[in-house]
Amino acid sequence: MTFNLFVLPFSLGFIFLFFTMIMKNRSWIHEMDVEDKRKFKSGLRSPRIFFALREIFFESLLHRKMFRRNPMLGYMHMSFAFGWFLLILFGNMESRIYSGFWINPPYYPIFLKFFIHDKHVLPFEIFTVPGFFRFSMDLLLLFVLSGLFLAILKRSRSHWFGLKKTSQLQFSDKVTMTCLWLIFPLRLLAESFTAGAYGYGGGFITQHLGNVLAFLWPLNDKDVAYACWWMYSLSLGIFFVMLPYSRYMHIPTELILIFYRNFGIQTRKGSGFFSEIELLSCSRCGVCIDVCQLNTAAGIQDIQAVYFLQSIRHKQVMNNIVNRCLVCGRCQEVCPVGIHTDYQRLFHREVFRKSQAQDFSFLNGESTRKAEVIYFAGCMSHLTPTIPEAMQQILDTAKIDYLYLDKDHTVCCGRPLMLAGKPVQAEMLIAQNKKTILDSEAVLLVTSCPICYRVFREDYKLDIRILHHTQYLLELIKKGKIPLQAYFRKVAYHDPCDLGRGSGVYNDPRELLLKIADPVKVRNEGKDSLCCGGSLGLINAGTEEKDRITKEALENYLEAKPEILLTACPLCKKTFAKHSPVEVMDVAELVMEAIPKKAGEVMSC
Amino acid sequence: MKSFGYNITEDRQIDFDANDRNVTVFINEIEPSILLCMGCGSCTATCTTGHFTDFNIRKIHTLIQRGELKHLKKEIMKCMLCGKCQLVCPRGVNLRNLILSIHTALEKSGL
Amino acid sequence: MSKTAIIIGGGTAGMETASQLARLGVEVDLIEKQPHLGGHLKNWDRLFPNRRNSDEVFDYLEKGMNDGISLHLNAEISNIRKSEEKFTIALQDGKELQSDALVIATGYEVFDARKKEEYGYGIYDNVITSVELEEFFRSNKQKNLLEGVASKRIGIIHCVGSRDEKAGNLYCSKLCCVTGVKQAIEIKELMPDAEIFCFYMDLRMFDRHFEEMYYEAQEKWGIQFIRGRLSEASENTDHTLLVKVEDTLTGLPLKMKVDLLILLVGFVPSPETRRLAAMLGLKEGDDRFLCPADEHTITNSTEIPGVFLAGTVKGPAGIANTITDARATAIQVADYLK
Repeated sequence: MTFNLFVLPFSLGFIFLFFTMIMKNRSWIHEMDVEDKRKFKSGLRSPRIFFALREIFFESLLHRKMFRRNPMLGYMHMSFAFGWFLLILFGNMESRIYSGFWINPPYYPIFLKFFIHDKHVLPFEIFTVPGFFRFSMDLLLLFVLSGLFLAILKRSRSHWFGLKKTSQLQFSDKVTMTCLWLIFPLRLLAESFTAGAYGYGGGFITQHLGNVLAFLWPLNDKDVAYACWWMYSLSLGIFFVMLPYSRYMHIPTELILIFYRNFGIQTRKGSGFFSEIELLSCSRCGVCIDVCQLNTAAGIQDIQAVYFLQSIRHKQVMNNIVNRCLVCGRCQEVCPVGIHTDYQRLFHREVFRKSQAQDFSFLNGESTRKAEVIYFAGCMSHLTPTIPEAMQQILDTAKIDYLYLDKDHTVCCGRPLMLAGKPVQAEMLIAQNKKTILDSEAVLLVTSCPICYRVFREDYKLDIRILHHTQYLLELIKKGKIPLQAYFRKVAYHDPCDLGRGSGVYNDPRELLLKIADPVKVRNEGKDSLCCGGSLGLINAGTEEKDRITKEALENYLEAKPEILLTACPLCKKTFAKHSPVEVMDVAELVMEAIPKKAGEVMSC
Repeated sequence: MKSFGYNITEDRQIDFDANDRNVTVFINEIEPSILLCMGCGSCTATCTTGHFTDFNIRKIHTLIQRGELKHLKKEIMKCMLCGKCQLVCPRGVNLRNLILSIHTALEKSGL
Repeated sequence: MSKTAIIIGGGTAGMETASQLARLGVEVDLIEKQPHLGGHLKNWDRLFPNRRNSDEVFDYLEKGMNDGISLHLNAEISNIRKSEEKFTIALQDGKELQSDALVIATGYEVFDARKKEEYGYGIYDNVITSVELEEFFRSNKQKNLLEGVASKRIGIIHCVGSRDEKAGNLYCSKLCCVTGVKQAIEIKELMPDAEIFCFYMDLRMFDRHFEEMYYEAQEKWGIQFIRGRLSEASENTDHTLLVKVEDTLTGLPLKMKVDLLILLVGFVPSPETRRLAAMLGLKEGDDRFLCPADEHTITNSTEIPGVFLAGTVKGPAGIANTITDARATAIQVADYLK
């Protein structure tokens, strides 16, 4: 007999989930534009599919990124994901021995021990094929149960898992989580009671546990076992039905995300479907809570990516949640699933501001003269005049023929509009600025502002070279165009968000620094660097909250006891200068300082 | 002819009692820091848009406090949200959010 | 044996407290880290509102430095101990002083104008502070001020580092307004052709004869006042400066070329004041100046018995008020020592 009524809850739940996922994916494919469809189709026929499988193995099953973050957290996720996966895999192989068919109904391997009661072959049990599977299945169950133990522990002792704060759960999550947590203990009980009742058929754990239970339990063990099988099936069934409405939706969605990502489909303007896939892929692990400076410095604990994404899912996006974010990219950097949290934030700010019109027709789009190199200081640099002053003097020293494009008056680059959720409106501004830049006939655009730098590269689609001044200065130094006599002062370098995480420029400023200064190591640097707190991404926060973020970041640098706090962004400079007890300088100023005042000085060193 | 945002034939007295200040209350609630303004004009002096047009963010702010909402929509459309005003403000007024709040308020009130 | 007091800081407040305490029969040790007494008073040329020479006030204060006051110049404090109602102060040269009471009169320092980077101090040649202008006046270099400059237009910027959340100082420094008006008149006296513009937010002419000075500045000297705070200054190729403000009374942005920009820098507590406060556990206000036991009634004592405050450690104050405050402190100390 290979059927019993109790398999129904599981089977129905499984079918429900299976078709839900099929339908979801169908609608996503349907929403793809021509370009994404092309990528999808060619992806299916390319080796990228193997890359995706590899990524799924390492990230979705082994949880490599989680391991790197915290071994306990990694083990917990791995034991659940990889353990369960192996249970399914081994269970299917095991079931084939008994059924003799290649294809079994899905419930058959799951409830195999209810249908099959094999006598043990002693003493070489483990060397027989059924014995080997009996042993392995019990071992794997133990593996998963150890993860379950940690998961329960994590709810109350999240700091043992490297998390200062674990995410808060919604009701549907709690129900689903309870079902998930019950699945494996119930399986253990069901198999044990069955093995105990028959006296054989279990593995090294289930058999022994079953024997003990049979000894202790005065009732009919087969009835108890049957009840356990029902409950096991029910918990599976409820889990599957609830899954699309809970955070566990991330399990199937993440697989789809990984495939699509490997096919080259990306988050970009107007692709709502991908945004939804990312959203559903969030496992609510809560890693983003701990790295968020609004949490660690300002004590704001309801806006982090995990809660923000949750609010989108529940269609309760509040102005306050969507706007209170530095858009610094720190959570995006640590997200184990690789969700573009910054993009998600801006995408939803856009929803609020879509219909808010702008008019920039007053800009004329003309350059004052033609030049090969144009220097664009940026709005903020006009409030830190040492930076453009240093740049002008350096460029003069290097005998560069350049045009200082925004010398007399500033024009915004458009990124602040984007950060406010107005990308379409920003395009109008960009179009005007682009005309000016093209009118100058330049081949190289150098800017002092990382905010401008990022938008020039990402959205201007200019056919000319675009460099941040740290990159350009390094290039000039390498070419020997700037004479240097450095003082090698002890400096701590701060990576501006839009230059580092935003544009991936980490090495150029550091290479430059090694030539003129003595950079010290700081706690959070490179990808982990902190935001200065001045970010234009933060739409609504008070002065006090921003100050606390700045002070937290400052502390990070002051620990290293630098003579100078060095940055490469006028906004960071201005923000830090308000609180810093040590001098705050831009890299350009330090280069300027290193240029010998008289030609004679170079000779002497 | 240059537009100064007013017409000479119009009565230019602020009729404080007649003005509907619901929008003012709404905006002040979203961004309370705008109550801190002391009218120094640093924001307008540094304003990127102000260089090209007669856009005056301090005046917009003050007019809203008096419940004067005429021409508002046309004016705020010019703001680039660059944030320079906010960076020079000696009272820490969140001017970018002021502009965004005006957008929202006008949308909500159908002005 | 007569009672003793140590006064830390030999500026206006410290000198006057010392002089009055000596007169009341208290033995005084006056500690000053500079090689001379007088503090900031020595930096000013003439004083508002009557433009009398600051040396006259210094001479008055110096006359009080009589018997009963031991001066310790060039003296840096390394630590302070309190035991059995006695204060023991260790100086850096190894000397130790003991007393029954302690007066903190370490005053203020002027705001570091480089912190307002957008104003260009330390970057552009022709941006100076009000303190530097006084130095010009004092060192008789007046003639060199703007030598060779044809048009001689001068901008005076009020509230530099005061009333400014971005500078971390929300408070008003009170005396910059009147200083600006005084200096505007003084420049006019030297250079009658100069055009002078004061850029202000509010003119706080709070004390006797201040308002009259403002009146005189307009009536007699033709000094012009523009209500608008400087957002940023930039340098032209001829080293003149372009200032950008909003002329808030017309509601229009205004730019102006000036030959010299004078920044009226405000008060901040001196580092020594803050160091001693930390050492003794004295209460700092949110403006970082020290708090007396009661803001209205016990304005010269602290919550620590035997420790007193005099002068600008408690916030911005002019010479006259500082001297009055010092006398009040002396009486409080004498009372305590009875």
